[in-house]
Amino acid sequence: MEALREATAELTVYVHPSNAADVRLAVSRQLSTLLFSYEDRFDGVLLSHEVEFEGDNEDVLDGLVPYFGVPVTANMLLFSPQPEMILEGKVEMLGKESIHAIVLGVFSAAIMADDIPEMFKFKRRGHGGKFISQSDKRHVIKKGSMIRFSVKRVDTEMNCHITGSLMPPHTGCMRWLSVHDAEYASEISSGKRKPRDHTKSEQKVQGRTTANREDSMVNSERPRKSRKRAVGE
Amino acid sequence: KTLETSRLASPPPGAEAMVAELRRDDMAEEAGTIRDSVAFRLVERVLQSVRMEPFLIAPYDLEQYRMMVGTLDTSRTKNRDDEALYVTYLKALSEAVSKIDITYHHSLLNNIFAVRIWYLQRDTMVALLDLITRLAAVADQYLRECLQMLVNNFTPPIVERNEVPTWAVSRKKDIFSHLCGSLKTISDTVPLAPRMLRDIIDRSMPKLFDNKAKMISFVECMLGLDTDRMGDLIGAILLAKVVDLLTELDVNITWEDILQEEHDKGIFEMELEDLDADDDGDGFGQAGTKVCLGGNACAEKLDGLMVVVCEHLKSLDRQRLYKEFVILKTIFRASLLRVHRSKFAQFIMFYTCSLDPKTLGEGFAVFLTDIVTEKKEDPISRMSAVSYVGSYLSRARFISADTVVTILKKLVDWCVDYCDHQSKREATPIPNHQLFYATCQAVMYVLCFRLRSIMDYPNLKSDLFHMPFGFLFRHRLEPLKVCLPSIVNEFLRQAKDAGLVAAFVDPAAEDAIESDLSRTFGGINRLDMFFPFDPYLLKESDRYIRPNFEFWSMVKTTYSDDTDDDDDELEDLDAPEMNVGSLDDHVEIDINSDDDDLEYSMNKMSITPHHSFLHQMAMDSDGGLSMPARIRPSTSPPSRWAMSGESP
Repeated sequence: MEALREATAELTVYVHPSNAADVRLAVSRQLSTLLFSYEDRFDGVLLSHEVEFEGDNEDVLDGLVPYFGVPVTANMLLFSPQPEMILEGKVEMLGKESIHAIVLGVFSAAIMADDIPEMFKFKRRGHGGKFISQSDKRHVIKKGSMIRFSVKRVDTEMNCHITGSLMPPHTGCMRWLSVHDAEYASEISSGKRKPRDHTKSEQKVQGRTTANREDSMVNSERPRKSRKRAVGE
Repeated sequence: KTLETSRLASPPPGAEAMVAELRRDDMAEEAGTIRDSVAFRLVERVLQSVRMEPFLIAPYDLEQYRMMVGTLDTSRTKNRDDEALYVTYLKALSEAVSKIDITYHHSLLNNIFAVRIWYLQRDTMVALLDLITRLAAVADQYLRECLQMLVNNFTPPIVERNEVPTWAVSRKKDIFSHLCGSLKTISDTVPLAPRMLRDIIDRSMPKLFDNKAKMISFVECMLGLDTDRMGDLIGAILLAKVVDLLTELDVNITWEDILQEEHDKGIFEMELEDLDADDDGDGFGQAGTKVCLGGNACAEKLDGLMVVVCEHLKSLDRQRLYKEFVILKTIFRASLLRVHRSKFAQFIMFYTCSLDPKTLGEGFAVFLTDIVTEKKEDPISRMSAVSYVGSYLSRARFISADTVVTILKKLVDWCVDYCDHQSKREATPIPNHQLFYATCQAVMYVLCFRLRSIMDYPNLKSDLFHMPFGFLFRHRLEPLKVCLPSIVNEFLRQAKDAGLVAAFVDPAAEDAIESDLSRTFGGINRLDMFFPFDPYLLKESDRYIRPNFEFWSMVKTTYSDDTDDDDDELEDLDAPEMNVGSLDDHVEIDINSDDDDLEYSMNKMSITPHHSFLHQMAMDSDGGLSMPARIRPSTSPPSRWAMSGESP
């Protein structure tokens, strides 16, 4: 999956003194509050994390609330879909005008009618309906199929909803593609992925980013801005 | 509107061309499908045409749009044609969701989200819910509104006199299943939706003073979500919210409310626990006691909610029930355990355990015992837990005798350890031994109920007889003097009959009246008379509890073979403990101060706690207690349990 990447970040996690007995747990819990949310500073959705503690230095945050800051190095698994990436998902719902799939079991993706090639005809019969390609009747997309699609737009404001497209080449039902699409088949058999250049590619997020507890007095709400990165915008 | 209808009825000139052009259709020849596709094209066109700044829209297009929006307005009643048109539009919109824009089609969306599905026909409702589901799936921006709209429909419309109309009641199940179905579909399609749903439900949760029908309806629908994947994700939160609501209602019921009716009517019911007519056929009973809670709104709401929760628990399959039990235990530990005035909410644990006595019933007893014996737990929880364990083992019919003996053994062992620990130290002031005394009291209380049945099993009997009661009761801490005298007396009486305590009981200690020790203990840091599972008083939900509940009057005691029934009852209704003098004047009591036993039994005095129990003075003057098995409000604040010393 192209959108998955690992990143390392140096963070300072602020922990409430009541958790001083088990700092590792507290840090872990604090980072876990960020799971499955899109984080601007990480530029992606945090899927999993692993922390290593750097030394014993803990700065105490001055002020009204005596949180202490723990510097950690976190290895994180991030999901950052970008336009033009190819993603794979499992089809959950079908309609005449849309296909809804789920990526990684967590993210919802929708492909609208305009982005489905003309050759796919929707048949309402059968369990939930299916899309059958006119050019090859064996190319079927129905509920439960795994499909490859290209990312058109990502809405990062809430749940990282992906709008996709089946128009580009080498997209469609994976089962069919693995047999009939020579390029894709060779890709998977060789185990290599074609390199794609992305707008962002980073390995390290430097600097001290802070992650406060939800109940801290410091305002940790980040501004919610709509981040729609669309093709050509 | 007629223009609109006619347009669809007889397709306009270009329609043939449109039909021929259709690319994504099944090419079925049914008129319905063609009509649908025509409608779809129409809707699509209309939506597209207003997708710009308002002043740029052509008037004709705007008119079309307005008409469409008007059709979707459910605040006006519709005739059959309109209804059909409405359904057609809904279906067309379901397909055209990607064309809907949140800004340009604002009024359209408003109309959709404002719908009260209770008023819709069934087919219309299905079409609408389909639209909502698709809207939620197409983009994040509609998700919150869709979920909110569905949650808003958890409650039926309320008409005059705060009643739910009868037609709504009959459709309730159907509507709920559709709502839950839609929510589940949304959660399948957008896996992160439950997180948002949880917050929405949290905000929309009914409050204490909301209308009863709405409250019950909301909770019923909410618990319908507690299945499968959705249940795994947010089930715990939902249950926690429900229990919070139950607890809040519970603490707002006061004992005055419960007893209000009694002295107004001047009837003296049976003791409140005997809701049915007694064996003696006094004819009192249901009518008398069940009016008790009539006046109290909180009690009614709690009653209704308990029915809903019990029904929900009853409907779960085994696997799910176990999961719920684990969740409930956590919730209980976090909230209910520490609420000292909860009267009825804790019965959900009782009911859950009764559904599977072997596993859950025992599990709960062990859970409570572990809290009692765990040093790291805070004192209030431990005190509360010991009261719970005592009351639970006594009252739960479904708990087997050997479970009782096992738990008793643990408690007694703990007490013995405590004594050993004490022996090594200097004598410390009494308040520090609260937990010890409470545990002793709990043990005695349980034995009052259970001794006879334990005696029937030789192996259990021998286990019991091996327990070091002698050591315990002769210890310098003198639990017999400190614990509640009524319990002590009853226990000693039964134990002597059984031969359990023959050796050590001191004749002078029989019928011990409250000693100074106990009084001091009671006066300042009273060992609370908290029996959480005292008889259940809510009438509607009583039917879930009653089959498994052990009333004191039903208990066979070790001495009951020797005396005839009347005596036994008299024993319990024994007047001297009634402490007549402390009662208020305006409470009518027929009991004569000359304590005529026969007359007394004929009058069947209730031992309900009259205002004596609500007034502090009764506390100090040992307000008449017979077996504390009967309703006893616990009124001492938990702070009094705060322990200043150490405990093992």
